[in-house]
Amino acid sequence: MKNALKLFTALLVILSVSAFAINFETTNEGYEIGDVATDFKLLNVDGNMVSLSDYKDAKGFILTFTCNTCPYAVAYEDRIIALDKKYASKGYPVIAIMPNNTDVKPGDNMDAMKARAKSKGFTFPYLIDDGQKIYPQYGATRTPHMFVLEKTKKGNVVRYIGAIDDNYKDASAVKEKYVENAVDALLSGKSVEKTETKAIGCTIKV
Amino acid sequence: MKIRTLLILILVITACKGNKNKEESVAQNSQDKETQTTANQDFELEVYDYNGLEKFLTKKDDKVYVVNFWATWCKPCVKELPYFESLNKEYNNKDVEVILVSLDFPHLYESKLKPFIVKNKLTSKVVALDDVDMDTWIPKVSETWSGAIPATIIYKNDNRKFYEQSFTYKELETEVEQFLN
Repeated sequence: MKNALKLFTALLVILSVSAFAINFETTNEGYEIGDVATDFKLLNVDGNMVSLSDYKDAKGFILTFTCNTCPYAVAYEDRIIALDKKYASKGYPVIAIMPNNTDVKPGDNMDAMKARAKSKGFTFPYLIDDGQKIYPQYGATRTPHMFVLEKTKKGNVVRYIGAIDDNYKDASAVKEKYVENAVDALLSGKSVEKTETKAIGCTIKV
Repeated sequence: MKIRTLLILILVITACKGNKNKEESVAQNSQDKETQTTANQDFELEVYDYNGLEKFLTKKDDKVYVVNFWATWCKPCVKELPYFESLNKEYNNKDVEVILVSLDFPHLYESKLKPFIVKNKLTSKVVALDDVDMDTWIPKVSETWSGAIPATIIYKNDNRKFYEQSFTYKELETEVEQFLN
């Protein structure tokens, strides 16, 4: 009877753990507007580790989950570079994080990331989410997926989630620059008008 | 007796979970099939903006429509396409129709999409959606869609369900059966 009870307890533990695991897989909602975003310590293409807390003078961040291999990410590469050129000096540097599992997508491994950063002349860190612990916390689901963070006393607060702009095909035909509008608003002390947008992207490979 | 029931339950749960992971990794490891422009691709591709596409998402003729959003560059999409093709064939006489909505880039319609359709002998209806204003039309497809593909809608008249996920043939069949009953 005692043994039976022990077995029962053990099974209960297993059951609750596996229930948790299933739950964890399916209810990964990520951040909402106004949430404080986690910092991280991730390996950059230059061999150094990078954290948001390294940026003492930053007013916030333009965080992008992106990669080498997604056609949408590639279509937006030049616009991400332009964002960094425009906003890093104003206190909103771009930080790029590659979230894919590189066993599934070898074209996104660190060597490939280094090559891409070099050939495109990335002016910002291009970090690898080794172990894929960071992107789920943000709730990124696709590449490219943008998060604009504002540095406040309580931490880096999420102010915008979504696409860069409203035309992936043609940068010159863009009508609404979502990320720029968000950062401009924050820089002038206003609240962001359009806080979330949807866009097609490549599923993050797990 | 209770313990045995519990044990079976746990086995079932963990088995399902293990199975799911396995299928996912298989899906992601599958190789992207490069298409060649050899076969005859002299056919007209139907291209719509969202307003044009909407008629495929709102039919009310008592048929079950399975609308899959995909692209040739999306590996998990290409992996599950054969299941949609099989479904279209197997359930043709049960009033089920598959519509494949390609999100390929317009400048690759000729060099990638059409050769892909020909090479893989797709028999389901394929249409292309070319509408850059994604923030406007994605929520119209489903409020819950983040924008990642593959994504699928199954509907019959006003009854509809949206899935932002990959399917196996069995999973697809299970979902469609719910609409048939």
